Amino acid sequence: MSDVWDVVIIGAGIVGSACALECATRGMRTAVIEGKGIGSGATAAGMGHIVVMDDSPAQMALTRYSQKLWQDLSEHLPANVEYDPCGTLWVASDEEEMQEVRRKSALYASSGISTMTLDSHMLAEAEPHLRQPLAGALLVPSDAVLYPPCAAAYLLAEALRLKAQLYSRRALSAKAGKVRLDDGTELHASRIVNAGGADAEELLPGLPIRKRKGHLVITDRYPGFVRHQLVELGYLKSAHSLTSDSVAFNVQPRRTGQVLIGSSRQYNAEHPEVDTQILTSMIDRARWFLPEIGALSAIRVWTGFRAATPDKLPLIGPWPEDESLYLATGHEGLGITTSLGTASILADHLQGIATKIPIEPYLPARFEKSVAHA
Amino acid sequence: MNEHFDILVVGAGPAGIAAAVSASASGKRVGLVDDNPAPGGQIWRSGTPAGAEARKWLARLDTSSVFRLQGWRVIDHPKHGTLRVESDQDCRDLCYEKLILATGARERFLPFPGWTIPNVMGAGGLDAMVRGGLPIAGKRVVVGGTGPLLLAVAAHLARRGAKIVAVCEQAPLRRFVPFAAYLLREPAKLLQGIDYLTATRGTRFYTGCWPIAATGKEKLESVSLQRSGKNWEVRCDYLACGYHLVPNLELAALVGCRIEDGFVATDDMLQTSVAGVFCAGEPTSIGGVELALLEGKIAGLAAAVGTAAAEKLVSHRRRRLRFVHALRSATALDPQLRKLATETTLVCRCEDVSYGALRKHVSWRDAKLQTRCGMGPCQGRICGAATEFLFGWDSALVESNIRPPIFPAMVSSLGIPDDNQACPGDKNTVADTSTGTPKETR
Amino acid sequence: MPEQPDFLILKVNDKFVTVARGTTVAAAILMTGAPIRISVTGEPRGPLCGMGICFECRATIDGAPHQRTCQILCAQDMEVHTL
Repeated sequence: MSDVWDVVIIGAGIVGSACALECATRGMRTAVIEGKGIGSGATAAGMGHIVVMDDSPAQMALTRYSQKLWQDLSEHLPANVEYDPCGTLWVASDEEEMQEVRRKSALYASSGISTMTLDSHMLAEAEPHLRQPLAGALLVPSDAVLYPPCAAAYLLAEALRLKAQLYSRRALSAKAGKVRLDDGTELHASRIVNAGGADAEELLPGLPIRKRKGHLVITDRYPGFVRHQLVELGYLKSAHSLTSDSVAFNVQPRRTGQVLIGSSRQYNAEHPEVDTQILTSMIDRARWFLPEIGALSAIRVWTGFRAATPDKLPLIGPWPEDESLYLATGHEGLGITTSLGTASILADHLQGIATKIPIEPYLPARFEKSVAHA
Repeated sequence: MNEHFDILVVGAGPAGIAAAVSASASGKRVGLVDDNPAPGGQIWRSGTPAGAEARKWLARLDTSSVFRLQGWRVIDHPKHGTLRVESDQDCRDLCYEKLILATGARERFLPFPGWTIPNVMGAGGLDAMVRGGLPIAGKRVVVGGTGPLLLAVAAHLARRGAKIVAVCEQAPLRRFVPFAAYLLREPAKLLQGIDYLTATRGTRFYTGCWPIAATGKEKLESVSLQRSGKNWEVRCDYLACGYHLVPNLELAALVGCRIEDGFVATDDMLQTSVAGVFCAGEPTSIGGVELALLEGKIAGLAAAVGTAAAEKLVSHRRRRLRFVHALRSATALDPQLRKLATETTLVCRCEDVSYGALRKHVSWRDAKLQTRCGMGPCQGRICGAATEFLFGWDSALVESNIRPPIFPAMVSSLGIPDDNQACPGDKNTVADTSTGTPKETR
Repeated sequence: MPEQPDFLILKVNDKFVTVARGTTVAAAILMTGAPIRISVTGEPRGPLCGMGICFECRATIDGAPHQRTCQILCAQDMEVHTL
């Protein structure tokens, strides 16, 4: 077969599927390669929290842009995606964290994101099961949650409707315009996009990505136990750490009424087994904020790996060492949120048109010096 | 708060009771943990005039020195030597030197239109409910599915005054003919068979027959049966239907025992592939009470005093196994049972996922992620066996690494309990003694 | 020690129910004619497995939801709600 695809996307997780839809929508002949199952990798390890994060201006720009795209898409999402615009409550447990609330409030306001600052009393009313008293919280009503594997499947299905093609095989190599699959098929492509998530490095050794392991717990149905995604402001402190294991309070109401409990981050953990120490810390943290959560019935505990970069920004754009190769990976804990924004600016870039937000902060070339020896 | 045991037995059905009693005779400290309100497992579930065998063993248990933990369910095996258990109020770690898994079996349910209507239950399911106080006298009952459980359930319910309208065994009669010759070589079994028949007088027996639909508004009103291409409807109050027992393997898998052909691999002494861990009863092969008692004795003796004491029981066990395997082959499931579900028939009852939604997926994991099948509290215990038969998907057990909690547990029981002190012994390793194939697995 | 009576009284959906000691909560609920549970798509459901693994028998006992009633014995003054 000597047809040349306009773009071959490796990985049908949420990022790969979003890229596939964006490319197919713009008329590019698109193929998607997925050997393990749609949305079954890093996507299934995510909480499905669509959230604006302000760790850096670039992170803020991408998450904000993406969140709007999700809002625009939300009315088309089928029920099984469980999209719920429940908003986020950034919870402050002391006055120092309340300062952070005020800082964030001002920053978000200047970026056009409306928020509301809750004092101790208002927070207790908004979330009766939280311990009292807490200092307060920042409510971000435009944040939402969804169920990632079905979201990825929806995006991919829409791409397939627009004539994208899915190859349910594993890619063994992807370079210089050629993608070889494990059944011997060879695809020729003008552009290859590696959206392999936690497995992206398999096809591209030397990628500046490290796997970060996370734990999640899901409970039986307790509708109304929590009403917003609840995240402690200390989360940002733990997210700042690049090297050590950490846990943070991060609890989500699912549309089913189940409660999803996170979150944890570990580097240097290669095995998927549940880490008892980490799990205990994570549960302890959740029980501190929500004292009654201990009595809920936990149905399942699982772990997953996400791809993290050294500067906590994803890799979106051309890979310097191969003209045909592009990256859309390294999203760590923001893959669900930024999948749509990633797809949009990547497709813009592929078409050589101006990206809606600057792509420079995410370009893989920023690591060029450090990967030269890879 | 921990408890320390020389030998810890999980499951207080016949196998577990026999193991615990046999082990405790040696003077070792033996613990028996079980999540039911009372010992007996399923087949000896309390609330019934128990048979002589059951009474004997329960009495032995009562007079033994076995430390009983009734009403505790196992949720985790954090490391070799430690079992985590949870009751309604509390969570604790049990420390053991040797472990005997007697976790029994559960019924396999195959979906058909109307199988989710209230009062459609498993065969063992209705039996258990009746033992738990559900009135059955004067009620019309259809018993269906496959296996020796059907006759036992029909007989028991009939003795309680139920009107057993029909017993429908899906295997055709001709399969039982060579089996009948076996029965004659095993007089005890033949007498059991006769006893069952007399207890269920007035009942119609069908082979090559199965329920194809259940109907009723708020609860069951009638069942459609099919046999040789003919259907007919039977009014009834309850349908007790189950297609074989399948072993409860979750704990064995979590502990790291090798699973072969859907059962825990053991040698003649019921030692699993993990040193110090034994398995007895249904998880080694579905063999009913006699085999469970035998295996319990073997495992209990082997764990407590050593294998020599159990030697003389080995050949007895092998004979039983041959019988049991013959019966299982005779009742292999008819492929037509795959066609009973329609597009809208539910397969996953926890999350209400239909057959139509499932059949477009290629694997258990795919189906689970995309449809939520198996994500409910039963964690695939009910729908997993069905999808394995319907679609040929690798069982839920094999595909998704079994992770704690193996049973829904309180959030506060996850991780390390508050006042826990670690059990002594090596922190990390789970020793594996399998240097080759076990002497005999079946 | 005084003998325990053979019967006890509990409440199921705010109605008094008398059962023999040793009766499971699931049986007690069925005796009132109510389904034990409503499924996630609104179907009435009753117990299936009778041994605590199907979770179809879940009901709220003394304020605690998701209790597997086939594994729990009735107790005097227990309050059971199915909805």
